[in-house]
Amino acid sequence: MTLAAFTNARLLDPATGRDEIGTLIVGGGKIAAIGSHAKVPPSARLVDCTGLCLAPGLVDMRVALGEPGEEQRETILSASRSAAAGGITAFAMLPNTTPVIDDIAGLEFIARRAREAKLVKIFAYGAITRGAAGQQLAEMGLLAEAGAVGFTDGLSAVSDALVMRRALSYAKGFGRVIVQHPEEPSLAAGGQMNEGEIATRLGLSGIPRAAEIIMLERDLRLVELTGARYHAAHLSTAEGVELIREAKNRGLPVTCDVAPPYFALTEVDVGDYRTFAKLSPPLRTDNDRRAIIAGIADGTVDAIASDHAPQDQDAKRVPFASAVPGVVGLETLLPIALELYHKGAVGLLDLLARMTIGPAEILGLPLGRLAVGAAADLVIFDLDRPWVVDAGAFRSKSKNSPFDKRPVAGAVAMTVVDGRIVHQQS
Amino acid sequence: MNAASNSTAQTAEAFLPPGLVWPQRHLLGIEGLTAAEINAVLDLADIYVEQNRRPDKRSTELRGRTIMNLFFEDSTRTRTSFELAGKRLGADVLNMSVSTSSVKKGETLLDTAMTLNAMNPDFLVVRHAESGAPKLLADKVNCSVINAGDGTHEHPTQALLDALSIRRRKGRLEGLTVAICGDILHSRVARSNIHLLGVMGAQVRVVGPPTLIPSAIDRMGVDVFTDMDRGLKDVDIVMMLRLQNERMAGKFVPSLREYFRFHGLTAERLAVAKPDALIMHPGPMNRGVEIDSEVADDIGRSLILDQVEFGVAVRMACLRLLATTRGNA
Repeated sequence: MTLAAFTNARLLDPATGRDEIGTLIVGGGKIAAIGSHAKVPPSARLVDCTGLCLAPGLVDMRVALGEPGEEQRETILSASRSAAAGGITAFAMLPNTTPVIDDIAGLEFIARRAREAKLVKIFAYGAITRGAAGQQLAEMGLLAEAGAVGFTDGLSAVSDALVMRRALSYAKGFGRVIVQHPEEPSLAAGGQMNEGEIATRLGLSGIPRAAEIIMLERDLRLVELTGARYHAAHLSTAEGVELIREAKNRGLPVTCDVAPPYFALTEVDVGDYRTFAKLSPPLRTDNDRRAIIAGIADGTVDAIASDHAPQDQDAKRVPFASAVPGVVGLETLLPIALELYHKGAVGLLDLLARMTIGPAEILGLPLGRLAVGAAADLVIFDLDRPWVVDAGAFRSKSKNSPFDKRPVAGAVAMTVVDGRIVHQQS
Repeated sequence: MNAASNSTAQTAEAFLPPGLVWPQRHLLGIEGLTAAEINAVLDLADIYVEQNRRPDKRSTELRGRTIMNLFFEDSTRTRTSFELAGKRLGADVLNMSVSTSSVKKGETLLDTAMTLNAMNPDFLVVRHAESGAPKLLADKVNCSVINAGDGTHEHPTQALLDALSIRRRKGRLEGLTVAICGDILHSRVARSNIHLLGVMGAQVRVVGPPTLIPSAIDRMGVDVFTDMDRGLKDVDIVMMLRLQNERMAGKFVPSLREYFRFHGLTAERLAVAKPDALIMHPGPMNRGVEIDSEVADDIGRSLILDQVEFGVAVRMACLRLLATTRGNA
């Protein structure tokens, strides 16, 4: 068995609170030993990690792809490369492909393509409803058997309260989480950005914050009714964070995630119709941004996901209202999140927890921890190394990043999946 | 270049305040313009009003220049006004009407613009149904772009011609109280006027049903009224907006007759305004919907035909100033 020893690393494991300089030994794709006293076997290949952090590979619970159906935006292979470059060793993809992943054939296709790409671990959600159309339940039981890590209609909300109630009840029977895009569609209809002064000045239809709040409030009632596990994706408002905080205090089985744009940007970044700052839900105000950071810090926010949404030029180089929302995020997830650490807003282990053990637990995956016997999925990174985001250099097929040219600190040096190096900083 | 065009070029520049160079390559909106810049346009437009009233209305200031009117949305009035403005300054004017119905809008927009740009126009005058479309073009082409109305964003030449109409009748803009009435939510005319009148020191009110008042509009420095009788009290100018028919019938307001009952401009309602209050409308009017014919046709009080006349002069002034900026006047 080939052994590899990552020596002199700052070992960071949010699951156990470990933060020490030491060695991690990998053998047979698994973690064989870990700690400051770990003995390096003479046969082991040494990887000197002096000055670098070693953490569980990032688990990204919200990634949209273009395959199948829109391969010009992103393929499973290009997303895998992009993820590996971003230190992400596992991600869960949304079912909003063409066709929608609402049956086991779709899941099997993804699994096969992921095996062929053989870079990072790719999991998939099944759709809650057929075609993600919000009407009839998809075959959740069969999808769960075939490996769906949860259910979501992804980019669209399940707006019908009865459908949502039944989806929650039904998914509960299979032990899977329901992930909602919390936005009341009738209130958000036609909206292009956050409702308010900037939208009014730009002459763009607004999406009121109430669209998120109303949907969350309704869903939380349905969670009380069903007792099912519920996850609110990409929260954008201060009230949304507060609702989840209160629900958790009441003991409801709810979790939530946020994406870097929502804690790094605001509606002001829409500027003069920058379509790269068009997201769904929309970027909100600085007050919301700060509330989201507070939620990350106090654990109300369980996960930070990239919310990777690759769009080609045709979808973005158009007038704002015609532009498709979404930004790429796999390669900026870690550095943008680390801004919160560098600013002193969130502790390093807490921050890493939101990108490792946090999402892994929501999805019921045995990932995101540095434990003996666990898969050797690792990210090795330089916590402080400054660099400037260059969207043109992304491995992703799409370059629609609002963070292009942004100076950041924290760079991935190496990404390891099952003991294999899948990315190495040149 | 002959002597005549030389002297007019100097005339145009003389209306820029001392030390100020006309800074914009494009005219995409009123937001961001200073009072000095707006006055420069209006002062120059005053000269063109006189030119347009002469039997020989044509000068040669923009001789050899090419203006392309690129209208993705129908508008006879604005397009004609720009066409006349260009021709009266001696430019070549080309009208392009582009239908957006059959093709994907974005592709058409940039592709069309780049195609036209390759023919070396000096000006693209753009009207588009989507907010920000002229800005998108301005970033890509190397000529001057003039926004002739984009979505619900801005319609800068309309606000400038409105300002000229007011200034010529009232002698000033500063200190006047102007009520902009009706469908504020969907109105680019309202937004441009709010910016312009605010910069020029007028008091601006917006008056309309709550469903047609955009969120946070008060942050743009206006007072908001949903009761028309209160909104019109003691105002100097009543600026009516057109209500699009498709916004009636229950979506934003319950019905046409209900709208007219509460938000139509009638002689009685106008009585609460100042006795010498003037009435404006960007046209085309819906008589009996937002404005009563009796009021609209009162030549003592209605500026509606002035607005049309001065529109040509204001657009000449805009073209002329933008040409000065480009350094090859």
